[in-house]
Amino acid sequence: MGAVFLSNGRHRRWPFYRSVLWGIGTSFAILSVAGPLAERAHVDFTAHMLGHLFLGMLAPLLMALAAPMTLLLRTLPVKNARRLTKLLRSKPVRVLSNPITATILNIGGLWLLYATDLYMLMHHSLILHVFIHIHVFLAGYLFTISILYIDPTPHRHSYLYRGIVLVTAVAGHGILSKYIYANPPAGIAADQAQAGGKLMYYGGDMIDAVIIFLLCLHWYQAARPRKNAAQVTWQNR
Amino acid sequence: MANGARKPYYARNLWSGVLFGLGLVAFFDEAVFHQLLNWHHFYDKSTTRMGLVSDGFFHAFSWFATIGGLFMYADLRRRQALWKTRWLGGVLLGMGFFQLYDGTVQHKLLQLHQIRYNVNILPYDLVWNITAILMFIAGSVILFKTRRQAGTGGVTNPLSNE
Repeated sequence: MGAVFLSNGRHRRWPFYRSVLWGIGTSFAILSVAGPLAERAHVDFTAHMLGHLFLGMLAPLLMALAAPMTLLLRTLPVKNARRLTKLLRSKPVRVLSNPITATILNIGGLWLLYATDLYMLMHHSLILHVFIHIHVFLAGYLFTISILYIDPTPHRHSYLYRGIVLVTAVAGHGILSKYIYANPPAGIAADQAQAGGKLMYYGGDMIDAVIIFLLCLHWYQAARPRKNAAQVTWQNR
Repeated sequence: MANGARKPYYARNLWSGVLFGLGLVAFFDEAVFHQLLNWHHFYDKSTTRMGLVSDGFFHAFSWFATIGGLFMYADLRRRQALWKTRWLGGVLLGMGFFQLYDGTVQHKLLQLHQIRYNVNILPYDLVWNITAILMFIAGSVILFKTRRQAGTGGVTNPLSNE
């Protein structure tokens, strides 16, 4: 928010809706780790799953739509902004921001959490608990920005490539939901696992639908026919 | 104009329809048979691992296809290249294909879940799969007809003198 005031002095006004998105996004993230929902999550698996939907999917999506990197780049002094851009262009960031890497970190991490004993271990170790929740959020954010290009993205991939990876990720999420439904994680009662699995399945679908919609919308805007260009391209094929 | 713009987008009309049809029937399946009638089960104890994977991928793909297919439709419209008959043929083909796959491979082969429980399942299976085949055939007929209308079979040969 401070960055918004700082940079509004020097540039075109930062869009109000982006600040709102950021505010709602961070609220959902905080709601899932602190407060009554987080309290209930310790005893109620459905509440845990709702918290994870907020932390790993909804908050990252809303925050990515707020374009924080764009704001940061225009707020920082030029020298530091250049350094940051250089970092964004670097090889490790290229590997990390590849949709496939992001999917493995995101969906793979979830499979590790729910299909092994990790979920039970998490409730016995504070460090593990904090680490897993940070991972869920960061992996969710990384995945969102690897699919949707809201901020400056130096390493870009085609719509088709991102679409295929997105379908795979959605499938991985859906399969895991049904796996949890059928095979409750250690320490979870069957009826709780069923309710949690269903919430994960349908809740995930809702948020994924928004991501799919935005990806298609970006394609639709980018594929806008320009005067004569379509015919020229066609004839040159 | 509309006819002139159709040809380059001949294939896209078909694909937009197929994708949307696939998504439509999957959405219908979810809304009516899972949610409203409660006939289908979210998970059936006989579900195989392959069934889970197949269902997951088809579900994800159909979710994407519904939205993507509609954006393609909007794209064809703004290019004045929409060919409604051919698009409709694609929709029927996609619907028929998905329902047939769901009714044979997913319900029967992979035992994902049945159409309804505690009833004689045969009439349900027959109605399900015969409807699928009828939609598939109707779609194919429309597609062959529009193909004939397009003349050269739709594919413009860049080396021809036409």
